[in-house]
Amino acid sequence: MLTSQKPPRWIKAEREGIHLPTIDWWIDPSRPATNALVTHGHADHARGGHGQVWATGATRDIIALRYGTPTGGRDLDYNEPLDIGDSITATFVPAGHVLGSAQILLERQGERIIVTGDYKRRPDPTCLPFQPTPCDILITEATFALPIFTHPPIEREIARLLAARAANPDRCILIGAYALGKAQRVIAELRLAGYHETIWLHGAMVAVCELYERHGVELGPLALMSEATREALKGQIIACPPSSLNSTWARRLPDPINAMASGWMRVRQRAVQRNVELPLIISDHCDWNELTGTILELSPEETWITHGREDALLHWCALHQMRARALDLVGREEDDTG
Amino acid sequence: MDRFARLLTDLIYTRSRNSKLALLADYLRTVPAPDRGWALAGLTGELNFPSVKAGIVRDLIKERVDPILFSLSRDFVGDTAETVSLLWPAPPGAVTPPPTVSEAVSALSAATRATAKPIVAGLLDRLDEDGRFALLKLATGALRIGVSARLAKTAFAQAFSVPLDDVEEIWHALRPPYTDLFAWATGAAAKPDITSLPVFRPFMLANPLEDAVLDLADYAAEWKWDGIRIQLVHAGGETRLFSRGGEDITASFPDVARAFAHEGVLDGELLVRGAAQGGEAGGAASFNALQQRLGRKVVSASMQAAYPAFVRLYDMLFDRGEDLRRLPWSDRRVRLESVVAGLDPGAFDISALIEAGDFDELADLRAAARETDIEGVMLKRRDSPYEAGRKAGLWYKWKREPLTADCVMMYAQRGSGKRSSFYSDYTFGCWTAPEAEGGVLLPVGKAYSGFSDEELRWLDGFVRKHTVNRFGPVREVEKSLVFEVAFDAVNPSTRHKSGIAMRFPRISRIRRDKPAAEADEIGTLRRMIVASAAG
Ligand SMILES: [Zn+2]
Ligand SMILES: [Zn+2]
Repeated sequence: MLTSQKPPRWIKAEREGIHLPTIDWWIDPSRPATNALVTHGHADHARGGHGQVWATGATRDIIALRYGTPTGGRDLDYNEPLDIGDSITATFVPAGHVLGSAQILLERQGERIIVTGDYKRRPDPTCLPFQPTPCDILITEATFALPIFTHPPIEREIARLLAARAANPDRCILIGAYALGKAQRVIAELRLAGYHETIWLHGAMVAVCELYERHGVELGPLALMSEATREALKGQIIACPPSSLNSTWARRLPDPINAMASGWMRVRQRAVQRNVELPLIISDHCDWNELTGTILELSPEETWITHGREDALLHWCALHQMRARALDLVGREEDDTG
Repeated sequence: MDRFARLLTDLIYTRSRNSKLALLADYLRTVPAPDRGWALAGLTGELNFPSVKAGIVRDLIKERVDPILFSLSRDFVGDTAETVSLLWPAPPGAVTPPPTVSEAVSALSAATRATAKPIVAGLLDRLDEDGRFALLKLATGALRIGVSARLAKTAFAQAFSVPLDDVEEIWHALRPPYTDLFAWATGAAAKPDITSLPVFRPFMLANPLEDAVLDLADYAAEWKWDGIRIQLVHAGGETRLFSRGGEDITASFPDVARAFAHEGVLDGELLVRGAAQGGEAGGAASFNALQQRLGRKVVSASMQAAYPAFVRLYDMLFDRGEDLRRLPWSDRRVRLESVVAGLDPGAFDISALIEAGDFDELADLRAAARETDIEGVMLKRRDSPYEAGRKAGLWYKWKREPLTADCVMMYAQRGSGKRSSFYSDYTFGCWTAPEAEGGVLLPVGKAYSGFSDEELRWLDGFVRKHTVNRFGPVREVEKSLVFEVAFDAVNPSTRHKSGIAMRFPRISRIRRDKPAAEADEIGTLRRMIVASAAG
């Protein structure tokens, strides 16, 4: 229950992130902070230059890979409450978004606030599933908050990918997938679907794949694309960051079928604009029904919306007589992590 | 409808022309009639349901989805048909199987203003997302999926191994769902007979001469006129004018149509007579004058008087029901001359042959010709039949030397298809005044051809190394590279800040040796307008 004023005075949404002013701690701050609680490793949430970084072990490893080992803070287990002062505890709860991703439950004298970070409600072989957690205030992402976004089952998309490969033995399939999370999920799903051949990687993907494997996520045989001949890549699957589709790097490949794994691929023009021939609607975020379903399931007293199409979700909350407000956080614009 | 929907979706995501052809051909071969015929009509833009308007679709979705959520979605997607296909809620209860294309077409054709809404809704309820997208595209007109009518017909010809020329030949006499066409293509019936119908016949086209030297004993020469190539048909008591693409433009030129009542099919150049826009009195005016007449559905009497149209005739395909196309050009020319003699001289004349002793003399005549209405020289093999399309060795066009100007590259954009990783489309500009006197560059044109693959790789590297700004897919580059740009003419333009537009610009040379400050000024280009109009 919200015991005091609404919203409680111990939490504030600033442009630079969610702030706990009584102790000067931040969640996913976009500017260097002395104490930062970080939901997950994507660049719009995890930045370098903080003093103490508090996050799951996998997230701290990702931060170390990108920005160097944090100077302070420590690895936290899921569901391990951390006392951070002024009677506030922070507990990391699985968010189902990428390896190490967490929602952060903040509690103070019976008031419960969830900061979801990014999350999804679908099974993902590379991370723990989203754990619904009752709360008074839900601070939710809204990346795909338009009713046009309904993600199909991932099995269907993987089957389309494998069918395209089988139908084009003289070409290769180049999948643009965000290097942290999406790429590993697609690889792991391909393995689940029975694909055990080498998957070829763009150099920018190697380190994160190795990190996933160190954390126990099996990805099967992987190799660098640059080590294969053009001939050997016919009929093969290659993964690269989305920005490398249509790049000079891709000119070495044998007539690639450009694929892209992203929730944005639901919209035809989005795929056509990026010259994508095989759009795969695979997202690490909630679709519209999952976002609204989560709000209904948790029925918080208030919903704060960040990160994307706030206006549609805000309007939906109003239609359902639920209190909601949009937060204006910087640097959370639409990107390829979708 | 499922199969048609899958075809559209596949076509949208397919880049190469050959793959598009393969997809279309496979559909046309394997899908049963009459669905494939209706689909072919949709792909060639021949379907029209006047009672089904885009507004109906918007009304329907707003009855089912919150209007604000719809408009936010529509803004994001940018296309109403696609937005509605994604948002349409599944109806409660058991779903009737999806309609076939022909079932959908007959339902939409039967729609009136009163019944259009329930009919469209009933069809949408029976379809999945891709099916709804296909239905809405079909119902509201233009598919806009990157497939031209020509490509669809080419695919038809490939699917059944029939000559594309034959398909084009009979196409305009047939109506959806093209039962006769499919019957002929599949060998079930003879080719439909269209001799007595006022329909379009495909044009014979010319190849560029390049560096060849021809013997004038084998080739006849005539001027290439700068108007609109048209076909004039009179059959079954009706007269029609068709443009190069087979579009019926009779309504824009009623004066010409009225003047022609000889049963047959003629090929000629449509021109506007008179002093309008710089032409000499009695002669042909510039292409600009002709544009005043083009594209008008209704042409007033004063418009006809101010820009009187006439046809300069080149060839004759049919004469009183007799097909002349297999005859040699020289025989057709004799027949044409005798027919022209009987036509109204105010509306028709014959394109005169150029008298030249040999090829060198012809080259001199071509170099000397500066009239506005002459684009160059045509060379036609004296024994050539009239063959649809661009057959090698029969007809040549030998355009006048292009004009050139030195311009500076300003912006570059990525190409499409195989060129999608290259910056291959260039916008270039000329100076408003000498740079030293404070002149600036203004865009004067855009080109994406004229360079070799090797030059393209070099240009791509140049763009990447000299980018100063990015606007979405466009890069602004450092203004340092000079192109020699070739073009056919300069026209005044209100669309461009520079006030001019080039006709058919292409890169003729990359002038790495030339400093940008020495590129041409816009004034130089503007004087070319005057020069070409004055002849
Ligand atoms: Zn995010
Ligand atoms: Zn994320």
